[in-house]
Amino acid sequence: MIEIKNLHKFFGKAHILKGVHLQVKKRDVTVIVGPSGSGKSTLLRCINRLEEIQEGEIWIDGENISSTSTNVYKVRAEVGMVFQQFNLFPHMNALQNVTLGPILTNKKPKKEAEHSAMELLRKVGLSGKEQTYPSQLSGGQQQRVAIARALAMQPKVMLFDEATSALDPELVGEVLNVMKQLAQDGMTMIVVTHEMGFAKEAANRVAFMDDGIVVEEGPPKEIFDHPKTQRAASFFSKIL
Amino acid sequence: MEKLLHNIIEFLPSLLKGTQFTIQITFFAIIISTLFGFIFSLCLISKKRYLNKPVRIFINIIRGTPLLVQMFYVYFVLPDIGIKLGAMEAGILALSICYGAYHAEIFRSGIISITIGQWDAAKSIGLRYHQIMSRIILPQAARIILPPMGTSYIILLKDSSLASVITVRELTRAGQLIASTTFENLTVFTMVAVIYIILTQLLNLFIHAMEKKYRLK
Repeated sequence: MIEIKNLHKFFGKAHILKGVHLQVKKRDVTVIVGPSGSGKSTLLRCINRLEEIQEGEIWIDGENISSTSTNVYKVRAEVGMVFQQFNLFPHMNALQNVTLGPILTNKKPKKEAEHSAMELLRKVGLSGKEQTYPSQLSGGQQQRVAIARALAMQPKVMLFDEATSALDPELVGEVLNVMKQLAQDGMTMIVVTHEMGFAKEAANRVAFMDDGIVVEEGPPKEIFDHPKTQRAASFFSKIL
Repeated sequence: MEKLLHNIIEFLPSLLKGTQFTIQITFFAIIISTLFGFIFSLCLISKKRYLNKPVRIFINIIRGTPLLVQMFYVYFVLPDIGIKLGAMEAGILALSICYGAYHAEIFRSGIISITIGQWDAAKSIGLRYHQIMSRIILPQAARIILPPMGTSYIILLKDSSLASVITVRELTRAGQLIASTTFENLTVFTMVAVIYIILTQLLNLFIHAMEKKYRLK
């Protein structure tokens, strides 16, 4: 469903992604792990075209989304993204945060968008918080609104960019639970995380990135317990 | 005392006539300079060199020359290249360009104060540039833009008095004319000052109402 071929990304002279290859099948939950600076976040940002790429191809559902002729707005609408810092719109309440995309991008009638948004907020455990502004929500609640906001676009794939890294430890669980639920519901997900527990429990693929490439990729058990490369082995020995 | 009252009643109509011009100039100049400022600021924050370079140079020229000189320029020099404007229009244009340059920086500071994460999130749900600006960035930037913008509007109102040098009979000019024939300097210029204070206070009320509207929830 998603195929990334020989992806290169430069920031000025800095070569960040150096030929990434990755395949994600429909309903796969792929967790990307690796040391900081290895290009995990940049890779996610390329998949919904928040970053332009310099070389290589990204295919989603048989469409080359990295080609210049592709409608970038359509790509972004079809690829949901959840950010480390939540990035909720602080001047809008939870419901408005979730309905904005469907109303403006997908041209849904307001009533219909609100109806689905309330359903999504219920799904992430935030019934009754529709009228609440982000500043009055905890970090975990904000991140769950952000997940609902991304889901409201009915994306083909959800990208999670260290979605729990900015949370207080006691709030991490509630967000991970929502993510696990999503995985069980069959959502295709690419998750950058340091939560190895989540990787072991919810992922069916793990990709280890280092220095701008995917060094190893496979089922969690295989990658964690029998890494083929020295780089992966030494990384896991530090964090597991 | 009786003479003072008599003077006030006698001077008031022509001062109010001048006030009317002052309000007109200020009103149009505020709207146009705000529009200019916004457009200039979009050019300034643009990554395209052909947009940000010329505007940066233009703003530096405008900020580097006195408004009084700009008034003379618009009124006396532009006709030489075929652009003839009435005194009133010339005054509004000069004020709009001059304050447009300042307002560009005010808009810019507000826009760049919004974290890049807001842009990312808005883009990630497929929003277009104009939607991100109008729905996400400006409503948040307003909180930062409005206080300095309010100050700028008040200075603009007072600087509309410079239009007197290009023959616009606004409030200051109206006062000058009365004073030069009656020699009642104290009365006339005190009245002028009081009217300016009333106008600036009204403007203040408007700004505060706007600030309240965009306060953080």
